[in-house]
Amino acid sequence: MALPPPDPQFVLRGTSAAVHTLHFSCGGQAPDIPVLFSGSENGFIHVWNLKTHRVDTALDGHGGKSVYGLETMGGKDRLLSQGRDQRICLWDLAEGRTSVTDSVFTEHVGFCRCSLVKLAQGRWLMATAAKGLEEVQVLELPSKTSVCTLKPELGAKLGMPMCLKLWQLSCGSQPLLLAGYEDGSVVLWNVTMGKALSQLVCHQEPVMSLDFDSEKAKGISGSSEKVLRIWSLNEQQNLQVYKTHELVNAGISDITIRPDKKIVATAGWDHRIRIFGWKKLKPLAVLDYHTATVHCVSFSDHRTPRERLLAAGSKDQRVSVWSIYT
Amino acid sequence: LSLIPGGLDCSISFVSHVLGKVCVHGRQKEILGVLVPRLTELTKSDCIWQRICWRLVECVPERWMEAVVLGFVQRAPGADVLSRLLGNLVVKNKKAQFVMTQKVLLLQYGHTTAVLQNLLGYLSLDSLRRALLLRVLQELLETWGSSSAVKHSPPEQQLYISKAILICLSHLKEPEIESCRQELLTSMMEGVKCHLDSSLPQLRRLGMVVAESISSKINTEGPVLKFEYEEDDETRELKSLLVQTPPLCVPSLPDDESEKAGAALLSVPENNQKSQTAAPLMPDEESDAELDSDDDLIPYDMSEDKELKIKAPVYIRDCIEVLTGSEDVDKWEATIKALESLIRRNPAATREVSVELAKILLHLEEKTCIEGFVELCQRAQVAVLTTDPIPVSKYLTSQFYSLNYSLRQRMDILDVLVLAAQELSCPQFPVKPKHSDAQKPCIQFLPGSDSSKDWRRIVDERIKSKTRRFATGRCHMEPASSPNQFSSVAGHFFFPLIQHFDRPLTTFDLLGEDHLVLGRLVHTLAVLMYLAVNTVAVTAMGKALLEFVWTLRFHMDSYVRQGLLSCISSLLLSVPAELLLADMTEELLETQSWLGDVVEKDPDGDCRRLALQNLLLMENLKKKLEAVPS
Repeated sequence: MALPPPDPQFVLRGTSAAVHTLHFSCGGQAPDIPVLFSGSENGFIHVWNLKTHRVDTALDGHGGKSVYGLETMGGKDRLLSQGRDQRICLWDLAEGRTSVTDSVFTEHVGFCRCSLVKLAQGRWLMATAAKGLEEVQVLELPSKTSVCTLKPELGAKLGMPMCLKLWQLSCGSQPLLLAGYEDGSVVLWNVTMGKALSQLVCHQEPVMSLDFDSEKAKGISGSSEKVLRIWSLNEQQNLQVYKTHELVNAGISDITIRPDKKIVATAGWDHRIRIFGWKKLKPLAVLDYHTATVHCVSFSDHRTPRERLLAAGSKDQRVSVWSIYT
Repeated sequence: LSLIPGGLDCSISFVSHVLGKVCVHGRQKEILGVLVPRLTELTKSDCIWQRICWRLVECVPERWMEAVVLGFVQRAPGADVLSRLLGNLVVKNKKAQFVMTQKVLLLQYGHTTAVLQNLLGYLSLDSLRRALLLRVLQELLETWGSSSAVKHSPPEQQLYISKAILICLSHLKEPEIESCRQELLTSMMEGVKCHLDSSLPQLRRLGMVVAESISSKINTEGPVLKFEYEEDDETRELKSLLVQTPPLCVPSLPDDESEKAGAALLSVPENNQKSQTAAPLMPDEESDAELDSDDDLIPYDMSEDKELKIKAPVYIRDCIEVLTGSEDVDKWEATIKALESLIRRNPAATREVSVELAKILLHLEEKTCIEGFVELCQRAQVAVLTTDPIPVSKYLTSQFYSLNYSLRQRMDILDVLVLAAQELSCPQFPVKPKHSDAQKPCIQFLPGSDSSKDWRRIVDERIKSKTRRFATGRCHMEPASSPNQFSSVAGHFFFPLIQHFDRPLTTFDLLGEDHLVLGRLVHTLAVLMYLAVNTVAVTAMGKALLEFVWTLRFHMDSYVRQGLLSCISSLLLSVPAELLLADMTEELLETQSWLGDVVEKDPDGDCRRLALQNLLLMENLKKKLEAVPS
């Protein structure tokens, strides 16, 4: 007899706007408070204290325009936020400060979230959609030097990049980028050489979100249709479709794989969060709490597995936090 | 005849005389049945026999030429044979020319397509005769394009002319088309306009097919005219005429056909086999038998996970709110789909807001793309009308004659009135949702064909049942009766519609340009009259209808005339015979004489048939009254 799905552990209220992006920062040592960053449609970034369940600080750096991307660069003191004002802001939040130390003007008017990967201590690589319609720009941070611009060949008609994932297999190896585009294809780029390695048509509709497991060389992508596609990367760096999963209702806004690679969570347009096992995409749970589209899901990076959390932000202005399969 | 030796001129003319006399007396079939095949064979390769044949036909006296030529044209197995037999007769002999280029094509229309093919093919085969072909084409196009011809000539003749035009076009070569391109274009434009104006769907289709064909001939590169219409046997046949197949020899024709048929049959099973073998080759994805190490994660209960359904409102007033104001398209869609059943389940609540609801539905525009939007809207309107007939019918009939409605909306009002009247008067007939009724969307292009066909069927059945009952006197099971709900409201449906038909508004003139709507109105009145049988208002309705028909009886549009005749039929069937004779004797006598006129002189076949039916009904009535002992 299967148990009914669990209720959220707690719900964060108070953003007063639809929540578009979430990011945990809970990896710190004991006196450090675990924190959840949320970006809303009204341009505010709320820093939630996960012990008191209240907002510690509210950051306003995007001039009232929606914030749709959040990343931390090594701890909760350095925050990177991306907004619809075409800027990426770097924040310094140490010791109670709330200032924007630097910003990158991407001139990107879409909704493509940037992706970060750490190259070495203090050096990061960031991929973001750029001014040109089909282009992806890769910059090194904090120096903001451009590493390359990835342009699909003429006539490829991929459309806008919709979602990005930068990764490198191990510390010294070449960084690779997976980009999902408006025409439904996923392209694997070699960043150093600046050329495309493989392309796979995954969907008929734009790819809304993707995530990749570099250990197993398997990735998952979702779009506005009713299918989730799992694809794999073989030794020749070619993408192949591995599996397809039919959904009950159409539309996925976000997908994320838990850091321990055991489960994967999807945020759906049908107000539900779905949990699957990552190995074989076995459906595990359907979390039905929100009353509007769920825009984002995120797993926490707690050191102890038992404390790990899943957070989901929705158009109904609430953030639900769950403790599931810990 | 086969024994005639060569080179005898005088005996030939004697033979011509005999031939002519026999043909004129009507014995074309017999004599030409023997003569033509023989001559065909003989003239195949022998030039002398060809000349003999030509002399033969040329020498036929003038007064018998027509019969002979017609006979040849009908009997010849192909255009090339005709060419061999007749030679350049059409150029040399005036009478033959008149018969072939004018009489057969423009004045008669009873010949088959094969005859047309023969004739026009014959004209095209010789350079001397080709000039005649062009002239013929021009004359045909003139007739095709004249608006009076389209309005007054019978559809059969128009079909005949269209076929002739298409065959001519198929014979024309490039340089000839170049030379008369401009004229073709002008006549095509005029002709298309007249044809599309017509109320009969068949004529419209004819016009469209011919115009498309002409346009494809004159614009070989570049965009070609293309209409949207339903393909049926007639259009397919017409289109096939555009392509000329090479002449086949007569004896081998049956063989060829059977060979082709056999080959076709053989290839079809092959294809089936191929597709079947291909299907199993599609491999099912082999499921890997991996060790299931996901077992440690136990799934939760996911039975609640179902497809999202937007809930439609449960109250009528909520529906009104959603339809008038709401921006939520999902809710709007769900409301439209649920509306009819809600209305039927809550009659009391509907009556409170009936007129408002009718207004909203009449002006409803399609916000999103729902399947069957028109039908859903219409069914909801019918439901409102049947729930609260009097105020809603008052509203609808007044809107029919108001400014600023499109023709489509006015015809929708008429449709809704008819459907509601049907529902009110015959509670036995379940209002079946016609899901598979692919004809419903076609109402936009072929108005009236649906309801008028159904109606005619009902009337025919009634006529049949009446006469049978009379003769054998058997009684059949009476269906369970219930009070006719239409009786109290029939007048409300009928009289407002008939009131203002002669009052033109700025945008709506029933007696002028909008004769399409007039036709629909007349058909609607006929149905309403028919459904009002056994109601109290039926006599008054009958009188008003008779007057209405009388004023319009000479209308140009044959669709309107068909409607008027249907009105008479409904009248005769619905109004009880005694009341008919008591109140409307003179009018009925006048109508009878008018009907007799229609039977003889009306160009439209359907009108004549309906008039005949009406006369029969009148006869039946008389007999019925005489049979009743006074």
